[in-house]
Amino acid sequence: MLQFPKSGKIRLGLGMALVFTLLAIIGPWLAPFDPNKSLTTTNGVPQPPSGAHLLGTTQVQQDVLSQLLVGGRSTILVALIAGVVATVLAVGFGITAGYYGGWLDDLLSMLANIFLVMPALPLLIVIFGFLNKTANPPDVLIGLVISITGWAFGARVLRAQTLSMRSRDYVTSARIIGERGWRIMMFEILPNLVPIVATSFLFTVIYGVGAYTALSFLGVISVSHWSWGTMLYWAQSAQAAQQVHIQWWWFLPPGLAVGLFGTALALLNFGIDEFINPRLRAAGLTRRRARQAGLPRRAQLGLTPVVGQHVVGQHVVGKQLNRESA
Amino acid sequence: MRLIARRIALYALTALVAITVNFFIPRLMPGNPVEVAIGHMQSRVTPGTIKALDLQYGINTKLGLIGQYLHYLDQLIHGNLGISFSSYPATVVSVIRSALPWTIGLVGMATIISFALGTLLGIAAAWRRGSWLDNLLPAMTFFQAAPYFFVAILMVALFATKLGWFPQNSGYDTTTLNPGLNWAFISNVLDHAVLPALTIVVGSIAGWIIGMRNMMLTTMDEDYVLIAQAKGLATRRVISYAARNAILPSVSGFSLAIGFVVSGSLLTEIVFSYPGIGYILLQAIGSEDYPLLQGIFLIITFAVLAANLIADFAYSFLDPRTRQEA
Amino acid sequence: MTRGGEPLLEVSGLCVDYGFDDDAVHAVIGADMTLHRGEVFGLAGESGSGKSTLAYAISRLLRAPGVITGGEVIFRHEGNTVNLLNAGPTQLRELRWNQLAVVLQSAMHALNPVLTIGTQLTDVLQAHRPELDRQARRTRASELLEMVGIAPDRLASFPHELSGGMRQRVMIAMALALRPQLLIMDEPTTALDVVTQREILNELMDLRTEFGFAVLFITHDLSLLIEIADTIAVMYAGRIVESAPAGELYLAPRHPYAYGLLHSFPGLHGAQQRMTGIAGSPPDLRQLPTGCVFHPRCGYVMDRCLRDEPPLARPAAEPPGADGRLVACWLHEAGASAPAELAALAPALESTS
Repeated sequence: MLQFPKSGKIRLGLGMALVFTLLAIIGPWLAPFDPNKSLTTTNGVPQPPSGAHLLGTTQVQQDVLSQLLVGGRSTILVALIAGVVATVLAVGFGITAGYYGGWLDDLLSMLANIFLVMPALPLLIVIFGFLNKTANPPDVLIGLVISITGWAFGARVLRAQTLSMRSRDYVTSARIIGERGWRIMMFEILPNLVPIVATSFLFTVIYGVGAYTALSFLGVISVSHWSWGTMLYWAQSAQAAQQVHIQWWWFLPPGLAVGLFGTALALLNFGIDEFINPRLRAAGLTRRRARQAGLPRRAQLGLTPVVGQHVVGQHVVGKQLNRESA
Repeated sequence: MRLIARRIALYALTALVAITVNFFIPRLMPGNPVEVAIGHMQSRVTPGTIKALDLQYGINTKLGLIGQYLHYLDQLIHGNLGISFSSYPATVVSVIRSALPWTIGLVGMATIISFALGTLLGIAAAWRRGSWLDNLLPAMTFFQAAPYFFVAILMVALFATKLGWFPQNSGYDTTTLNPGLNWAFISNVLDHAVLPALTIVVGSIAGWIIGMRNMMLTTMDEDYVLIAQAKGLATRRVISYAARNAILPSVSGFSLAIGFVVSGSLLTEIVFSYPGIGYILLQAIGSEDYPLLQGIFLIITFAVLAANLIADFAYSFLDPRTRQEA
Repeated sequence: MTRGGEPLLEVSGLCVDYGFDDDAVHAVIGADMTLHRGEVFGLAGESGSGKSTLAYAISRLLRAPGVITGGEVIFRHEGNTVNLLNAGPTQLRELRWNQLAVVLQSAMHALNPVLTIGTQLTDVLQAHRPELDRQARRTRASELLEMVGIAPDRLASFPHELSGGMRQRVMIAMALALRPQLLIMDEPTTALDVVTQREILNELMDLRTEFGFAVLFITHDLSLLIEIADTIAVMYAGRIVESAPAGELYLAPRHPYAYGLLHSFPGLHGAQQRMTGIAGSPPDLRQLPTGCVFHPRCGYVMDRCLRDEPPLARPAAEPPGADGRLVACWLHEAGASAPAELAALAPALESTS
């Protein structure tokens, strides 16, 4: 069942994700300069990429590449923490609600619905906004707070799945034997939900990156705390995109980094989606072979293809008669 | 109708939670908001104002927690969201009121376009599976993963600064025009709205496309679609029969999406200095204008809840199974 | 029922695969069938025998990854002759529902949940009878409902508001909206309780008498077919192994599989019989036995059966004049001798018009 994925999408996603993980771990050590340090005090204009500064400099002559590498760790770390915590919460609340039903389900569902409906970013802004501007919360804490707003969706999906599994035979028999509730949930139900949990995790990490980057961009999170979002905050404050000579090296790297990281995770999600729902599988690999066998390029509903006409009584073999008209 | 009643109850509860969060957060955070306020307003502050602020934030008052909460609710019911620190002596309500129409106009227009276009493209991608549309999807994923404000920055850099097709900033040209119901003003407003709206559409459309496509693929497997083909109905009719079922999850998922779209729109406005809620939000964060920050949180939450309610009405209209039994 | 004239539907050598190249599963192999105007033709077999595949392939409604890999399907109507396998989309669209309609097993899934019954009845009228205006269509839809015993005010109802039996009746009414020549029914009553089943079948037969359409009835319930069908074809592992008039099949089966099937259910009358099932289990279509596909389970297997596949042909020992009987079994080849139970004399039956 766990064969190496053939789909190009998944391979690409996996590769990209690994690169980013590597970056998160060793990034800050690779950085050539201290991201905070202004290297010269003279020029007030950001410098384009050069030999000394591979990604150029900011307005106060800080090295962009270093900021990218240092900020990368913070961004990815916060996203991962948010993802892990939120997924744990989602699994806990979702499966419990689905398994026990009754008032517990009603309560937890209501809680999840409230968090789902309430817009997350404004809430996070209010929470972080009231912290003293100079307070510099650690990445772990930021990740935890973000996870509060990110668990509800996964919980709802897992609850729905648990509900449908609750009446399956192996769960019923486990209950009859007398296995305890939490054991059933952990060892009978959860293993079957692993693909969904994985999807939920990836989705929440993407959400975490987005939320953290947005909060940094707004300046709600201390702007001396380096992340990709903070880089964009400074770039926007200096109106880097509105200058006559667009200072693309300042905003393009962090933005692309966030986008590509999210894309990598989304591609992985597609892969898991296709694994769960075979109907969605890209027919790419088989499409060429199908065409060689004489099948029409697109499967049309209500027009079963006819390939190779063996006319009864004669030998007319292999003639492709189904010409697509109109 | 029962569905709608349940949803209204949920929204009422969520609104209450938002209000309560608003009440508690300043009291939970370190620091004294009133001192911050005084710091900003300095000489313009009167003892009466200080007393009101003390009461609002629960500092040095004789009222217990419950009393403060009831006082807070009372203020809200009377439409009093406090006085803005940074725009003193303007009230929070007046500040928001001047910015809200811009945001509603922009977000409303962009969301409708994104939903409609995304749904149509999703239907096309599913019906013509295997066509070039399938190749669009990875590119769309990138724009979905990249933060709205980054896309906004790219838009500004490319279309405004480099190509000069559209303005870089603002809601309208403040130097030459005054607001009025004349074509010059309106066309100028539209001109300034193109890039921000385009940003929001690009950032949100991928979700609608992929969601609709996946649901259409599942629906096309249903027997009633096969029967529609077997009936010899026109292709357009068969597609509409399938689409009318496939769109249901998109409509119910709209409630989830609208929170994200609104958040993303706020960030977009910042990049364009568009005079909407996003713009004053940035201002509020920068100047530690707590009443304004809290007011924005409440207004945005209420707006999102209202949009959800509209989506719920639409859903119960589209799906006859949710209506009361005959 | 008159058998004269040209047949309505002639299937020759139809082959249907799922998938292609090496992965192809042969679901139907060399099927031959003939259906006459007004005839009730039953197609019986176990799950996986290919009966549904055959029926859907005939009307080109088979879903991907189904592929038709050979054969002819000749459909004659109003003087026109059409090979359904060659027909283009426009031709098929004209034919569909006008001449050839389909009734599926689960009406709950075959009716669109977001449309009213009225809409689902009038859309075919809109597509195929453009001369009718809206009022005329509504009237016609009401007539259709009354025909199957449903009150016309149900036109405004949605499928989930009707009971299972009512939904199935709506499907039948829908299928007959344009007075087609041929009705293909895939297990139409299997999902219903026996009482409703009986009612609906009776209504169906009455309608058939009134309007004279032919029915291709697919089911695993052989006993049902014996009651309502004129001709029965038995399928096994994608092949038609026996085809005969219903009464003859019931009283005098020729193929060992058909024999086994008929002796798997007790009759209500008559002496007690020893029940014999059929040994073994249905074959995996991807790994079929050589020669005759039934030989591993056959009680009369001969050497030849392991090597060569028997063609569907007229049994050698059949008296001249008795037509319509086809068997695919080496026991009935010229020169071979079939055991007594497989060579019973079919009693002369009165032709029922």
